[in-house]
Amino acid sequence: MVKKFFQRGYVFLVLAFLYAPILLLVVYSFNASKEIGTWSDQWNFSLYTMLFTDDKILTAVWNTLILAFVSATISTILGTIGAIGAFYSKKRTQQLLGGATQIPVISAEIVTGLSLAMIFVFLGFYRTWASLIIGHVVICFPFVFLNVMPKLKQLNPNLYEAGLDLGASPTKALFSIILPEIMPGIFSGFLLAVTMSLDDYIVTTFTKPATLDTISTYTYNAYAKGGANTSVPALRALSTIIFVLIISVVLINNIRGNKAKEQARK
Amino acid sequence: MNALKFSRKNLGIPYAVFLAVFVILPLILIVYYAFTDANGAFTLSNFTNFFKSPTNVTILIRSFGIAFLSTVLCLVIGYPVAYLLARSNLKKSGVLLMLFVLPMWINFVLRTAAMKELLYFLGMYESGKLHYLNTVIGMVYDYLPVTILPLYTVIQKLDKNVLEASSDLGAKPLYTFINTTLPLSMPGIVSAITMVFLPSTTSYVISDTLGNSKVTIIGKLIENKFNSGAADSWQAGSAIALVLLLLIFVTMFISGKFQNDDDSSARGNGLW
Repeated sequence: MVKKFFQRGYVFLVLAFLYAPILLLVVYSFNASKEIGTWSDQWNFSLYTMLFTDDKILTAVWNTLILAFVSATISTILGTIGAIGAFYSKKRTQQLLGGATQIPVISAEIVTGLSLAMIFVFLGFYRTWASLIIGHVVICFPFVFLNVMPKLKQLNPNLYEAGLDLGASPTKALFSIILPEIMPGIFSGFLLAVTMSLDDYIVTTFTKPATLDTISTYTYNAYAKGGANTSVPALRALSTIIFVLIISVVLINNIRGNKAKEQARK
Repeated sequence: MNALKFSRKNLGIPYAVFLAVFVILPLILIVYYAFTDANGAFTLSNFTNFFKSPTNVTILIRSFGIAFLSTVLCLVIGYPVAYLLARSNLKKSGVLLMLFVLPMWINFVLRTAAMKELLYFLGMYESGKLHYLNTVIGMVYDYLPVTILPLYTVIQKLDKNVLEASSDLGAKPLYTFINTTLPLSMPGIVSAITMVFLPSTTSYVISDTLGNSKVTIIGKLIENKFNSGAADSWQAGSAIALVLLLLIFVTMFISGKFQNDDDSSARGNGLW
C-alpha cells in the first residue's frame, strides 16, 4: 500500500515536471499581463486577439505548415520509391541504399545543416525555399524509407507475379497490388515526416531564406537572443492552441485505437 | 530494349541520385574543407588551430560535461518511470505512457521557451550563475520523453519467467534487479544514451535559450565558426563537424554491439 503510494507519487512528480512549463503558459495565456509572474486583473482572451493580429507570427505558422506538408509529401514519394527500388534490387545494392539512408538519422543535425548549406551554395540556390524544402526532405525521408521497408518484407511476393500473369502491366501491378499493401507503412512514414519537419530548428536555420521565419526560428530569435525576460505574450496563446490540438488528436487516436482493439478481440 | 522496360528496381535509381547529391556529397565536402586551407591545399591546421585554442578545449570539455550530466539524469529519472509503467500494475499505465510521450509533439523550441518562462517565474533565471544548471534542466526536460520510450519498450518485453526464476532460485529483489533486469534492459539504456547524449552536445537551442547566451556547446561552436564570415569559416566549421561525425560513428559502432536486430527503439519509433 505504502509502496504503491510512493510509486504513484514518483510517476506523478515526473509528469508534473514535464507539464509544469506548458501548464504555466496555458494559465497565463488567459491573462493580459506582459510578464509571467505578475498577474494582471484582466482575465480575458486579449492574447489570442494579439496572436491573430500579429502578422509575423501568423506568417511563421503558415510557413511552418506549408513547409511540413510539402516536404513530408516529397519525402513520402521519395522514401517509398527508394524502399521499393532497394527491396527489389540485389542484396548488395539494398544494403548500400539502406546504409546511406541511415546517415541523416544517425548524424547530428548540425552536421547535416552545415553540409547542406555548403552544397546549396555550390548548386546556386542557398537560402531559398528550394534549399529549405530539400533540407527538410533530407531529415524526413529516411523515416518513410524505414517505415515502408518492413511492410515490403511482409508482402507475399507471389501477389505481384500473379498480377503480371493475369495480364497487368508492371506499372499497373505496382499501383494496384504493391502500393495498397504497403499503405500503412507509407502513412505512418508520412506522419513521422510531418512531425520531424514541424520540430526542426537547426536545418531550417542553415537553409532558410534570410527573411523567412518558421515557428521554430521565430521563437528562437525571440527567446534566445533577447535578455533575461523576453516573454512574447502572443506565443503563450499559440502554445496553448498547439497543446490543445495535440491533446485532442492523441485522445481521438487513442480512443479509435482502443475501439479497433476491442473489435479485434470480438 | 530491356533497359527501357519498367522494372521495380529501377525506382531505386532516382533515389540513389538524391542520396548521392544531398547526403553523400555534402559529407564529402565536409571532409574536403576540413583538410584544406583557403587556397585548396592540403593542411591539418584546421584541426591543430582548433585544439591549440584553450577556449575551444574548455568549450569541448564543458559541452561533454553538460551532455554527460543530462544523460545520467535522464536515465536516473526515466528508468524508474519506464520500469513502473512497464512492470508494476499501475492502473491505466497505457494512458500514463501516452502522457509521457505527448510533449514530444509540441515544437521543441516552444517547449524550451516555456521552460525559460518557468525558470524566470521561479526566479532561477537571473539569479547569478545558474546558467549551466538551467541548461541541464532544459535538456533533461526536453529529452526525458525520448529516454523513457525505448526503456519502456525493452523492459516490457523482458521475459517474466526469467525474473521469477531468479527469485525462485533465492535471489533477493535487489539482486535480481542488478543482475537480471538491468543487464537485460541494456539495449534500451544504450539507445536512450545515444538519443540524449548526441543532441545534448549539439542542439544549441536549449543552451542559448536557457543559458542566457553564456553557455556554449559544440553545436553552437560549429555554427559560430561557420557564420563567422572569416576567410576560413567553412574550413574551421567543417573540421569540428568532422570530429563530431567521427565521434558519432564510434558511438554507433559501440552501441551497435548492444542492439538487437529488430531495432524497435530507433529514434521516432513508437511515436506514431
